[in-house]
Amino acid sequence: MEPNSPEPAPFAVKDCALIALATGRQAHNLKEFRDQLLRIHPGSIFYHFWGGLLNPRFEEREYNNDFASWCRHALRDAVLGERLAVIDPVDFADLEQLRQELVEVIEERLDEREMLIWVQPDQPFEFIRSQIVVFDTHVVFHSPEALASHIPALSIGSVFYHFIDARRRVEGRVDDFSVWLGAFGGVYQPLSQALAAIDPYFMTLTELRAELAAAFERCLCEVPCEQSA
Amino acid sequence: MNSPLDAYAEVVGQDVVAHLRQLAQPLQGMKVVHVNSTRLGGGVAEILEKLVPLMRELGIDTRWEVITGQGAFYQCTKSFHNALQGNAIHIPEALFEAFEADNQRNAEQLCPLLEEADVVFIHDPQPAPLRQFCPGRRGQWIWRCHIDISHPYRPVWKYLRRFIAPYDASIFSLAAFAQPLPHPQYLIPPSIDPFSEKNKVLPEDEIAAVHGRFGTDPTRPVVLQVSRFDRFKDPVGVIDAFKLAKNFQPRLQLILAGGGASDDPEGEAVLTEVRQAAEGHPDIHVLLLPPDAHRTINALQRAADIVVQKSLREGFGLTVTEALWKGKPVIGGDAGGIRLQVINHHTGFLTSTPEGAALRIRYLLHHPDKVREMGEKARTFVRDNFLITRHLREYLTLIVALTHAAEERIELA
Repeated sequence: MEPNSPEPAPFAVKDCALIALATGRQAHNLKEFRDQLLRIHPGSIFYHFWGGLLNPRFEEREYNNDFASWCRHALRDAVLGERLAVIDPVDFADLEQLRQELVEVIEERLDEREMLIWVQPDQPFEFIRSQIVVFDTHVVFHSPEALASHIPALSIGSVFYHFIDARRRVEGRVDDFSVWLGAFGGVYQPLSQALAAIDPYFMTLTELRAELAAAFERCLCEVPCEQSA
Repeated sequence: MNSPLDAYAEVVGQDVVAHLRQLAQPLQGMKVVHVNSTRLGGGVAEILEKLVPLMRELGIDTRWEVITGQGAFYQCTKSFHNALQGNAIHIPEALFEAFEADNQRNAEQLCPLLEEADVVFIHDPQPAPLRQFCPGRRGQWIWRCHIDISHPYRPVWKYLRRFIAPYDASIFSLAAFAQPLPHPQYLIPPSIDPFSEKNKVLPEDEIAAVHGRFGTDPTRPVVLQVSRFDRFKDPVGVIDAFKLAKNFQPRLQLILAGGGASDDPEGEAVLTEVRQAAEGHPDIHVLLLPPDAHRTINALQRAADIVVQKSLREGFGLTVTEALWKGKPVIGGDAGGIRLQVINHHTGFLTSTPEGAALRIRYLLHHPDKVREMGEKARTFVRDNFLITRHLREYLTLIVALTHAAEERIELA
């Protein structure tokens, strides 16, 4: 931090909860799937990539997004399933770009296949969206060191809000922790870099919380933070 | 003394309970009423029995009311249940009239409470008309559907839809069950309570005692299905699967344990069919348990080697959740909410035929190490996703969402 520069505002820990809603939109074959993807609310794309982290779902999933899973298991198209599975939402500037990528991969597959495969009547893709409720926990931290000691106790809702949801809110698609660390000048750059290196897409929120705690501890604490706190 | 929520924290984690308390902050003092049609028997009553006190502990003024009816009312609502799950059933006009008349009679008593409530949850079709009989209502009315209505018999759905469409929102267990309605349709799977009589840890001797009580041999493997005697639960299909598996595993025993519910007049007929199918087979034990036999069901599930839930249609399948929570892999019908819980080769197997179920029974009996591994995974899966704390969180989130603008993002001050 520069001399005489104002003290950065404290970090206010927020929490969130997600609730899923049916959109009433379904797809029974790949063309319908493409057409619905072109029109569906971006929140639905977000939900099918990230929503499962906060909603009931088996964690050891074969694929990390619902689109890939449906193509593999309902459409029985292993090739498309794999191509969709490799799409990492973190790579895209916004949900519209992510939507475009999905549509392009599907159109490429439509060009390759001579037959249009239909799913069983009871296995359509059900497009779901979500509402997010964000609330203040009234917990604030004035220094990254103090925050570090609290990371293992964060709720998974807070982890989701500050590390996943932040990418939709914050310019530059970074997490809230990194934005706050940036306000201290370059002092915490190693920690910011460590956070940037965490790929949240292949983890559960519990695992992500552990990774965050490890990064904070590694970069900030010579002794374990909980002992020094 | 620790509060009930503190006890849950020991199972699900302190962070989960702290999260609930914070989410409930903006709802302090709010009046919420749940209405269903039975206080005993069936998954809805079991959920409400726990959910209501927990909501109260969180500072929400929550009531649970039960509507009552005459015989014709229950005949009608049982027909609704079957029709909404896809059976083409003709319901005589007189039953519709009895259905509406009993709702109106209940409304006369309940209106003062329901009209002053901030949020009213109406569970399943039985009390659905109450809303129209409460003209002075001021709160949000939510219809909570616990049934698989993915393919309803259209004339019956068309009749019920006129009561349901004016609600402010509805809740379904799965997206596949949602129907075109002119209001938001939330998706909330149900849950189980780890401390209920049906799910709490039992002493080993109590678990072992069920063998003596019901005449099964504790040294031989037991396959169990727990469910109402209802055709959609396919109890006769389970007997067929058992007979096929027993050709290869002569020591096998089967228990079909069913409870009745006060709003299910059809159970007797199905029970007779089941007894006929089991006739002459001493290793098939058909148990008709009272609706409050939760502890017995708990012991049976823990004593069983393999749990089956071979439903043809299923709303969610709480008996599946219960078995998974007790570390039992489940062989489940490939239907409804069972698909959400039974993950092939991880928490059990999905099957579509008695032959498929028989094959998986044989597989699991030959692989006790796999049974243990899948059982551990099953328990963790339920802890993280299908306990009542998650259910409660989603109800709180829904109330917050509904009482604010129905926007994608709601930031509470």
